[in-house]
Amino acid sequence: MIKYGIVVFPGSNCDHDAFVATSVNSGANAKYLWHKDTHIPSDIDCIVLPGGFSYGDYLRCGAIARFSPIMKEVIKFADKGGYIIGICNGFQILCEAGLLPGTLLRNDSLTFKCKDINLKTLNNSTTFTSLLKKDEVITIPIAHGEGNYFADNNTIEELENENRIIFKYCDDNGNITRESNPNGSLNNIAGIINKNGNVLGMMPHPERYCDLILGNNDGLKVFQSINSSLNKNN
Amino acid sequence: MNQYKANIKITLRKGILDVQGKAVEHALHSIDFKSLTNVRIGKYVELIVEAENPQKAKEIVRSASEKLIANPIIEDFDITIYE
Repeated sequence: MIKYGIVVFPGSNCDHDAFVATSVNSGANAKYLWHKDTHIPSDIDCIVLPGGFSYGDYLRCGAIARFSPIMKEVIKFADKGGYIIGICNGFQILCEAGLLPGTLLRNDSLTFKCKDINLKTLNNSTTFTSLLKKDEVITIPIAHGEGNYFADNNTIEELENENRIIFKYCDDNGNITRESNPNGSLNNIAGIINKNGNVLGMMPHPERYCDLILGNNDGLKVFQSINSSLNKNN
Repeated sequence: MNQYKANIKITLRKGILDVQGKAVEHALHSIDFKSLTNVRIGKYVELIVEAENPQKAKEIVRSASEKLIANPIIEDFDITIYE
């Protein structure tokens, strides 16, 4: 059975959700990792950088967390091919750390957006999406003020051409429209993966919709995909 | 070692839509400051730096700005060193 390591930064507030989603809901093992830790236990298969407001979002979202002691180890873990999923603030931290390209700007509406959105699965041949169908639409929540994905034109082109945009905001029928884009993200980008396919960042929160008691468990498919892919690898 | 004061002005790079600036511009126009346009909002950081001379001080602050204080993907910065 695979084991998740959930990093807790000062100001993380989705760490418990991620713990319950990965352990209770998806049936894997989970362990918290403290931001001051200077090593990652060898039995961790996948690291979760959870949502929240690490270091109060001071300076820029994720900019200070990126220099937490554990992040040196997280970068080494990624370089060795370890799997990492960064959700919301976790995505912002991955961008600041240079593990993913681009950055997240202020929402174009200038308001904090907290609501359910639809995501279209553009690439299901990744570790994180293997149990989703190609073009499958899932509904999970967003909750952010800075989720407006930005990168230079070359980077966007590269992400599109290499099929590294994993999720885009879409309408109920899977159409990628301006109206379904909640924050102004370029090309409706909601989640991207790195070149090696082992680091995923996404603004929406799969961990918040992992239990039917909450009315929807679409997010569980992400963690079940990770479990299934990594169990096969082991 | 000498102490210098450094001011760092951080602005969004040209071409990046400044939604905050746009909102402020809109508000200015609605209170009849129609002659004000191209509003861009940035950040200002001041700090004390210990260095041998002003050139070294600027080098240190530039390195810190590239690494943490600004995000070169979206921001430009301008450093002024005072004795």
